[in-house]
Amino acid sequence: MDLDMNVNAPHSMGTTIIGVTYNGGVVLGADSRTSTGMYVANRASDKITQLTDNVYVCRSGSAADSQIVSDYVRYFLHQHTIQLGQPATVKVAANLIRLLSYNNKNMLQTGLIVGGWDKYEGGKIYGIPLGGTLVEQPFAIGGSGSSYLYGFFDQAWKEGMTKEEAEQLVVKAVSLAIARDGASGGVVRTVIINSDGVTRNFYPGDKLQLWHDELEPQNSLLDILNAPSPEPMNI
Amino acid sequence: MPAACLLTGSYGSTLRYKSVERMKPIGKHSLLGASGEISDFQEILKYLDELILYDNMWDDGNSLGPKEVHNYLTRVMYNRRNKFNPLWNSLVLGGVKKGEKYLGTVSMIGVNFEDNHVATGFGNHLARPILRQEWHENLSFEDGVKILEKCMRVLLYRDRSAVNKLQIAKITEEGVTISQPYSLKTYWEFSAFENPTQGAVGSW
Repeated sequence: MDLDMNVNAPHSMGTTIIGVTYNGGVVLGADSRTSTGMYVANRASDKITQLTDNVYVCRSGSAADSQIVSDYVRYFLHQHTIQLGQPATVKVAANLIRLLSYNNKNMLQTGLIVGGWDKYEGGKIYGIPLGGTLVEQPFAIGGSGSSYLYGFFDQAWKEGMTKEEAEQLVVKAVSLAIARDGASGGVVRTVIINSDGVTRNFYPGDKLQLWHDELEPQNSLLDILNAPSPEPMNI
Repeated sequence: MPAACLLTGSYGSTLRYKSVERMKPIGKHSLLGASGEISDFQEILKYLDELILYDNMWDDGNSLGPKEVHNYLTRVMYNRRNKFNPLWNSLVLGGVKKGEKYLGTVSMIGVNFEDNHVATGFGNHLARPILRQEWHENLSFEDGVKILEKCMRVLLYRDRSAVNKLQIAKITEEGVTISQPYSLKTYWEFSAFENPTQGAVGSW
């Protein structure tokens, strides 16, 4: 029952991952919780991993599987870049991920979202869920927390957003998923990729907006109990 | 004597209900806190209502103290376990009667004991070690609250089913008061958290 902690359970990233295209590039977002059973093994993980200078991948599912797949693809892309003589395209990166995911579908348990910018197609997002399907999308959501975001994105997503709008959307969405998914939590990390380069951002858990039924954080109950009484009303 | 609990009601991995009060005063002298199945906790509260009612009906000036309530709960939990139909809860029962403090716990299979500090679920792994270091006889209420908040904060960081909303209850000879729900501040601004994979691209 509750005394059974299962510390040897494989590290899973539960997770909420998001990739969104905007007018000029992409924004990738993720939470930072890695769990072993019900224990939070890492509360500040980095699930947005670099594949090349211009292509990143959001990892979800098994931590080990997603890391090994992204390590292999980073290796292949490095060689591909040398041979090609110019930066790899997002499409190639996504297809390499797909090859590994599809051909090892019986063994792997990882859902990935590849996002990046290249000079031929601009900002692109590719979703590669469990079986190794490759699907190019204007935005993609994944991980256990994504269940809570389908309705939200149906309503809030718009074509042709600005960089600021897109990042705000991603941060809001991850934050909403964290509020309801036990397997997601911690901080919100975002990576913005466009022709100018890559920007990493960090939004700590206590700085996110409060949602329904959430309260303003306090230092201690003692502060609340010792707070001065409200002023009497004057009519 | 302070006790604390998070106001969370999960449904699998979904954090479904965020205002569930899992601590209730029992009679004049005790407080019951529960983890696990909320419906079973509500059923236990009904049993205790009846127990207290019959106790009051004697009208003899005596009232059930925490030790007696704990014993009753132990019997209930153990008997259900024997019928292979447990009440799926871990219970914490605390109280003060005639100046004597009491703190006990019962699990869903009827394991019961008293101690100076008890916890349910992850609290056993994360909070009790802190309490073993920091608890001492003659803690003031303020110090007790500070230690409990320290424990709750760790649980917020490390327990997947935790939600940032808690209540603290104070039990004294005068009676039981349960605080309003409130949230704790959490700390995320370690420099190591900002760019953890700088030195090892692809790690977590």
